[in-house]
Amino acid sequence: MRLSARIAVILCAIGFAPLNAASAETVKVSWAAEPYPPFTSPDASGKWQGWEVDFMNAVCTKAKLDCVITPIAWDGIIPALTSKKIDLIISSMTITDERLKTIDFSDKYYDARAAIVGPRETKFDATPKGLKGKLLGLQVASIHQRYAQKHFADSVAGIKEYQTLDEAQQDLVAGRIDAIQADSFAMVDFLKTPAGACCEIKGYAAKDESVLGHGVGVGLRKGETELKGKINTAIKAIRADGTYQAITKKYFDFDIYGD
Amino acid sequence: MLDDHTSAVVHEPSHRLMSLATPQALVKPALLVLFLALIGYYGEWNWIADYWRLLLHGIAVTLALLVSSSIIGFVLALLLGVFQVTGPRTLAWPAQAFCTIIRGTPLLLQLWMLYFGLGAVFAQYPEIRSSFVWPYLREAWPYALAALVFSFAGYVGEVMRGAFAGVPKGELEAARAFGMSRRKMFLRIWLPRAVQRVLPVLTGEVILQLKSTPLVATVTMTDVFAVVAKVRQDTYLTYEPLILLALIYVVLTAILARLLRLCEARVTGN
Amino acid sequence: MFDISLLSLTPPGWGATLLDGFANSLTLASGGYAIGLLLGTAGALGKLNGNAFFREALETYTTVVRAVPELVLILFLYYAGTDAMNRLLAALDIPAVDVGGLAAGISVIGIVQGAYSTEVLRGAILAVPYGQIEAAKAYGMSPLRILWRITLPAMLPFAIPGLANLWLIATKDTALLAVVGFRELALATRQAAGTTKDYMLFFTTAGAMYLALTIVSSLVIKMVERRVTRRLAVAHA
Repeated sequence: MRLSARIAVILCAIGFAPLNAASAETVKVSWAAEPYPPFTSPDASGKWQGWEVDFMNAVCTKAKLDCVITPIAWDGIIPALTSKKIDLIISSMTITDERLKTIDFSDKYYDARAAIVGPRETKFDATPKGLKGKLLGLQVASIHQRYAQKHFADSVAGIKEYQTLDEAQQDLVAGRIDAIQADSFAMVDFLKTPAGACCEIKGYAAKDESVLGHGVGVGLRKGETELKGKINTAIKAIRADGTYQAITKKYFDFDIYGD
Repeated sequence: MLDDHTSAVVHEPSHRLMSLATPQALVKPALLVLFLALIGYYGEWNWIADYWRLLLHGIAVTLALLVSSSIIGFVLALLLGVFQVTGPRTLAWPAQAFCTIIRGTPLLLQLWMLYFGLGAVFAQYPEIRSSFVWPYLREAWPYALAALVFSFAGYVGEVMRGAFAGVPKGELEAARAFGMSRRKMFLRIWLPRAVQRVLPVLTGEVILQLKSTPLVATVTMTDVFAVVAKVRQDTYLTYEPLILLALIYVVLTAILARLLRLCEARVTGN
Repeated sequence: MFDISLLSLTPPGWGATLLDGFANSLTLASGGYAIGLLLGTAGALGKLNGNAFFREALETYTTVVRAVPELVLILFLYYAGTDAMNRLLAALDIPAVDVGGLAAGISVIGIVQGAYSTEVLRGAILAVPYGQIEAAKAYGMSPLRILWRITLPAMLPFAIPGLANLWLIATKDTALLAVVGFRELALATRQAAGTTKDYMLFFTTAGAMYLALTIVSSLVIKMVERRVTRRLAVAHA
């Protein structure tokens, strides 16, 4: 084999595949490369599992898309989308006006509330007054970060930003922060674990749709209307044929779609 | 932006201007100006107005970590070096093991191990949680500082071992012949000679240490890297914040290299 | 305190996932190291023989890479590198390529390593007595042949300590890809630790794996060094 041919083979083998027409139906789906149960978390064999993994499989099957999973760090997931490293974000990302300036979203596929969680032994509520003097932990680049910045920044002792939610949870257990603001479903799942026994939901952040957004959607690049149409149709279809409800039943005892 | 930088070239002292007049010498400034003009023209930079305070604060945190970890790390490295060369077995062996472990594993892992691993272990003991050190152990900086100190000490300790071992025996014997005490001999002859020998390596290690500092952002410290990460998340820009960050580090490295070279010249000059 | 069963190779043990991450780290390190050597050889020759423009460009490359933290370079190349490359390809009217995570990771490590290799190899080539190359020229050897038969073998003993050090750096730099979400050993460890909350166990295990890699590498390096210096001694005798 000639050297150039050999190099080409090696390049293909390690993943430099030319983009051609045949791969047009292949889409790279991404979620944050971190444990985020019960939506996306790696099991002991390294395979991803959870509600959102099942949801993605159902949507991709319905939309006849060949979906390849490409997890990426949460704080880089939007740049990765805009620079075409990935094609879809299915990572419990809330549709917000802020994000809509940069990327597009499908219709919402579930809706969580912003919960404030703290240790059982201290009593406080989810208001600026309740959080006075507390050290609040949350995930970077999340709606909760913007919300806390806007509503709690003046009353809390400080806001500590974590790369991943599981790190914030770890520090809550370790007593390094006094409270966490995060999506309610993820926090409920954590509170059910042995580590989470320390803590409870203190309340929910008061509504502010301009920051807390309009439910969780699939993130896509602007201008990909065809793909967006396919995804929206698929979400409607799996909700209509009961697939969505069957998946939800595996992880929750209530409907997470919201109203 | 273009005007700024061309004028910066023109304002050079006249003898420099002469040397810049050859085509080869102009290549680099021309490339730099072209590069800055391109990113200035195509990029979106208005976010700097909102973030410059935070950026300065981040740079201060980075420099504070660099200076404190280098100084404490150097003192620890001296001990590690001396123990390995002259120490009793009981000290030489752990010192060597420490250097091997630090140099053999990624700093990122050491940092996570200290912050998440050890931090969680501390939190399990009510004695620690109710003690006076807990308010400090709750914070991220002790762990970040410790990881940077250990890392610096591990690498420099190995350098110092060689440096101590490499001081000519004759000099030490001469000192002993003068009737110097062990302590005096160490402080007057052995230590300065050893440090002098490895000064260029040490300055290199300090620059490497600067390049290690951004890792602390992964354990919630807000150094300059973390500030730029925040800009990236707030603005969703791919290129501009990272280009600025790279520029900041290039400038910091250049200043640091110059300062260290000055120190070096002064020390070797004596 | 430690639940060792979490390390077993079959679920619920995370052993296989850690080993998988370790294999990824090794692939990244060796692939990146190889690309770094290629870039370094080209860079060293370019710095020594290229024209002014080329030399300045290479100087900028090595200076910037060595002045900017690896973590920043990795973020930049990982997120922006593919995009920039495809824009460039589009400008040249070449179809875009799809760069997978592993390929991107290898390229990133390779580009960083290349800058350091350039300096190591440049120094080593400069250390080769010029008479040897001149003699080869006098024999009428082609420049490529001189490079392959004289310069590269003659500079090897001077380059080995630096190159060996670069390999050790490459193995540890792979951990930085955890920050962009590439599942090598460090990220696999963090995911395992985050899921099971057994941080100390997993971090200690991963540390031992990295340490074993370093120690084995050092032994191999020592063997190679001994062999090369012996051959050098024979050649000089």
